[in-house]
Amino acid sequence: MSEKVLMKGNEAIAEAAIRSGCRHYFGYPITPQTELAAYMAKVMPKIGGTFLQAESEVAAINMVYGVAGTGKRVMTSSSSPGVSLKQEGISYIAGSDLPAVIVNVQRGGPGLGGIQPSQSDYFQATKGGGHGDYHLIVLTPASVQEMADLTALAFDLADKYRMPAMIMADGTIGQMMEPVSLNEIEPHPVEKPWAITGTGMARKHNIINSLYLDPATLEQKNFERFGRYKEVEANEVRYESFMMDDADYCLVAFGIAARIAKNAVAALREAGIKAGLIRPITVWPFPKEAIAEAADRVKAFVSVELSMGQMIEDVKLAEGCRKPVYLCNRTGGMIPEPEQVIALVKSLEGGEN
Amino acid sequence: MAVVYEKPHALSDLELHYCPGCTHGIIHKLVAQAIDALGIEGKTIGVAPVGCAVMAYNYFNCDMAEAAHGRAPAMATGIKRSLPDRIVFTYQGDGDLASIGMAETVHAATRNENITVIFVNNAIYGMTGGQMAPTSLPGQVTQTSPYGRDVKTAGYPVRVSEMLSTLTGPEYIERVAVNNVKNIRNAKRAIEKAFRNQMEGKGFSLIEVISSCPTNWGLSPEEALKWVDEKMIPYYPLGVYKDRSASEAKEA
Repeated sequence: MSEKVLMKGNEAIAEAAIRSGCRHYFGYPITPQTELAAYMAKVMPKIGGTFLQAESEVAAINMVYGVAGTGKRVMTSSSSPGVSLKQEGISYIAGSDLPAVIVNVQRGGPGLGGIQPSQSDYFQATKGGGHGDYHLIVLTPASVQEMADLTALAFDLADKYRMPAMIMADGTIGQMMEPVSLNEIEPHPVEKPWAITGTGMARKHNIINSLYLDPATLEQKNFERFGRYKEVEANEVRYESFMMDDADYCLVAFGIAARIAKNAVAALREAGIKAGLIRPITVWPFPKEAIAEAADRVKAFVSVELSMGQMIEDVKLAEGCRKPVYLCNRTGGMIPEPEQVIALVKSLEGGEN
Repeated sequence: MAVVYEKPHALSDLELHYCPGCTHGIIHKLVAQAIDALGIEGKTIGVAPVGCAVMAYNYFNCDMAEAAHGRAPAMATGIKRSLPDRIVFTYQGDGDLASIGMAETVHAATRNENITVIFVNNAIYGMTGGQMAPTSLPGQVTQTSPYGRDVKTAGYPVRVSEMLSTLTGPEYIERVAVNNVKNIRNAKRAIEKAFRNQMEGKGFSLIEVISSCPTNWGLSPEEALKWVDEKMIPYYPLGVYKDRSASEAKEA
């Protein structure tokens, strides 16, 4: 059993990235992810790595694009408005089939929004975000331990499938301190014969590129990429199922909302109402099958979100109009209390009696 | 038989897509000749821009990357930080470097990022069909300044070399032209120096190359070269704007 240390969520991501073999970090200051950059600034110079505070989020993600092209593990982090700025580079990284890890410690929006926790970048993260046909692997930690574990996983999956992966956290998990164990993290590097490292006059030149002026070629590239996405959807869906075996009501929530939902499940069970929780750990790929399977058994779904209701659309698509789906939400940096969830489920139960 | 002239090895055999009379071909050749002369093809990584030179990644035999519009200095920064012993260059036009990518340019320069930047200034957006560039001259007629660039509403052209030379960071800034043999020979020397500076770890070197665009200027290739002499060079004087190592040696 490895030793546990007390860390902030943002710091756990940074330390896990370093332990995953990431030696290049580029960022731009923004709340509430600052501890991550500060940690990198402190540690990277001491281990021969790169910490660079870029002139903008746009520059930072394009520096990431450069390092990713050379085949090294690389990370950037930001919060919602900054992640919007990164979308150009993320689209290029996806279009060039490169691995990279992007962290979004979400805050309320739109616009400059606020600095309090939010989950309102769900659409942006799971549906592509920038221009063109593409996806990111999107991992949603619900604890400081998962901030570390999912960061390590993000690097491995990005390498394996040659695509960008995102840690989509929120201001609460980022700022929260919890005991975390980091000793199990070890990198699983893969061969990258496509990387631009200099030909050494020994091979034909490699080109990192997303431009294909011939539409038939570009279409083919997109088909190939989506072929890989199919593999990701088949192999990499992750979720936690909590008290779902006999559940009448299925709460669906990720990140900090899942912790609130879990409390609500416990309280509802005490009150004699059979509630359960499906907690997506990957929101792309989304645990469609788990939701579809639950739809056969439950009376209703409740999507608990820190947004105006974004994930709820994926829940509805997955359950296929078989059962009602309700939204239980706060937004703009407000966090729902378990009581709000409990009250909603109780009203559903009451409505049926 | 003695070989008196041959295509540089660093240049691929592909047919260039540039318009007749365009000087990108000459500048590509000068870059490739510098890479050959320094024997660095196997460890050089180039970054192509968005603009007329977007497909430069096909024309150089070294490893290449295609950046987003204006982001080549940021991408090159990433590549160089990842592989400090490789030689990294960007090849960018005026819209790419001096408009949408100005922030990336200035900050790579002020960090004295150890990269080489080839900045091709032809005072127009070529690839998109001849729109006003940040370097278009006052009064210059383009698709988006059909009555001539009006400095009252569109401002004045940016003199990149002068501006960057005010920074403490960068190692070397020079403006050259490729409109006649004498200027081409000088440009060749400057470009090679910009690569050698990087090999010696001196830092950010930018060579601004005044180029011509007969197609979008609406001139014959010959008239375009004359226009460089008569209109471009008076606004964009050639010369070395910054050479930190030389200045420091002089002071010492």
